[in-house]
Amino acid sequence: MTVALDQPAATTVAKPARRRRFSLGAVAPYLQSAPLALILGAFLLLPIIMIVVVSFWDYDFAAMYPDFLTTNYSDVLGSWVTWKTYLNTIKFAVIVWALTLFIGFWVAYFLAFHIRTTAMQMVLFLVCTVPFLTSNIIRMISWIPVLGRNGLINSTLVHMGLVPKPIEWLLYSEFAVVLAMVHLYTLFMVTPIFNTLMRIDRSLFEAARDAGASGWQVLRNVVIPLAKPGMAIGTIFVVTLVMADFSTVQVMSGGQSASVALMMKNQMSLLQYPAAAANAVVLLVLVLLMVAGILRIVDIRKEL
Amino acid sequence: MSHEKRTLEFYVLAVFFALFVLFLYGPLSAILILSFQGENGGLTFPLNGVSLHWFANLFERQAVGDFGGSFKRSLVLGVMVMVVTVVVSLLAGLAFRRRFRGATALFYLAVASLVVPSIIISLGIGVVFQQIGFRPAWYTSAFGAHLTWTLPFGVLIMFAVFNRFSPAYEEAARDLGASSWQTFAHVVLPMIAPSLIGVGLFGFTLSYDEFARTLMTSGTFNTLPLEIYGMTTNVTTPVLYALGTVTTVFSFLVILLTLGAILYVGRRRARA
Repeated sequence: MTVALDQPAATTVAKPARRRRFSLGAVAPYLQSAPLALILGAFLLLPIIMIVVVSFWDYDFAAMYPDFLTTNYSDVLGSWVTWKTYLNTIKFAVIVWALTLFIGFWVAYFLAFHIRTTAMQMVLFLVCTVPFLTSNIIRMISWIPVLGRNGLINSTLVHMGLVPKPIEWLLYSEFAVVLAMVHLYTLFMVTPIFNTLMRIDRSLFEAARDAGASGWQVLRNVVIPLAKPGMAIGTIFVVTLVMADFSTVQVMSGGQSASVALMMKNQMSLLQYPAAAANAVVLLVLVLLMVAGILRIVDIRKEL
Repeated sequence: MSHEKRTLEFYVLAVFFALFVLFLYGPLSAILILSFQGENGGLTFPLNGVSLHWFANLFERQAVGDFGGSFKRSLVLGVMVMVVTVVVSLLAGLAFRRRFRGATALFYLAVASLVVPSIIISLGIGVVFQQIGFRPAWYTSAFGAHLTWTLPFGVLIMFAVFNRFSPAYEEAARDLGASSWQTFAHVVLPMIAPSLIGVGLFGFTLSYDEFARTLMTSGTFNTLPLEIYGMTTNVTTPVLYALGTVTTVFSFLVILLTLGAILYVGRRRARA
């Protein structure tokens, strides 16, 4: 705060000296960006460096010992359970990504092209946004009375005689995990896609139609290519959120399914920090590779 | 593709959108209703009478860990995160308007902050504090952990705002003899005020609801989301729903107040 306030104030004081003003102007961006750099340095870079260091340490049930061991990694990569957990997490990521992309695209498409007034667009967009600003855990819990054994869906189905007894796999199953994730994360897809669709020049559609394109061809050859950057940003959000998820998997599967982050959390509760750190490094590399792959398609700096 | 007449596509998509909204709000309204469950009612429908029993239950210490204390901590933490997010994002946004060495690196660091899995940040900060010998607490380590989630949003929003901000206004102000500080305070700040309020809303609500990053960093005392997370495993009465209703209503109030503030600021500017 002091940086922004001090800097222009200082310039006014030093007004006669024009050269001084210039040099202050050159320093200003460094002072202005310093708080961000310091906070991210202390709470993002340093912790990640620390994790990489600790992942080579030795540990027992009580403490960690500085060392240079690769056993933590060989434990992670050599265990069948870990591989299965990673595959399971990637499976969730792919399914949730496909569903959120489909739902997100059509919701954004409807908002951008079928709602005629800007005011109505904003209202409907806010309707989609508000749940995102409320608690994730509450939104997970809210599925219990709907999906549970005696929940709304089951009691309706039984009442109508469609099923003889309640369906067991609605809650505390992988189905529930995917459903809750789609519920939690679709907005991350809607917002960036909506943003790119709103910037498409409408005269392109007329041009395409005049050139004889059908509705389907306009969608495939005009809308979707131009919406790709938004889809890419949404994909980054959804994929990284699902890859990092432990709470949805834990709560919605009732402990019957696993994810990498959940495995890490269990290791942390057993105070096996170096093991968790080795997992963290592998997970981080995996996530960053995925993001790098997506960023090859789109330059997000241009999209802002 | 704005057609003169509504097409079949419109009706199909309208139904799809309505289903999506139902999907978003349906379950939430279910727990809203069930939190008024009668004293002998359970976690599912039907309602077994209507009562405020579970709301009263919320304020008894033995039913839920420490609702009052954790709510207060989350509130204070949310406000702290909000203030720092708004100020730091604004400064960084101003910085990114000019070229400076390391700008690209800092920008990508902010983006990285968004994609690094939350549990890794939680673990990392926990280990750093342990090694330095600091005790983790919600107002130190968890505070920093929350900032790694709210700051990238704030910075990206400010980045987008300043990308669309014409320098002509500032030039005009300067031509009329305004100092840099006057230009900032009377021209730039009022124009970006609605966006800043938006950044504040993000900062507060993201922190208020965050728990993956708080997991290893909150120290002895729980924040509200951690309290609720703990309850999901061991509370089997509708008091859980009552808590959900209270925090959701609180979130809605915060959002409404913020939108009101944005509209008010916008109106005042339009009139001026």
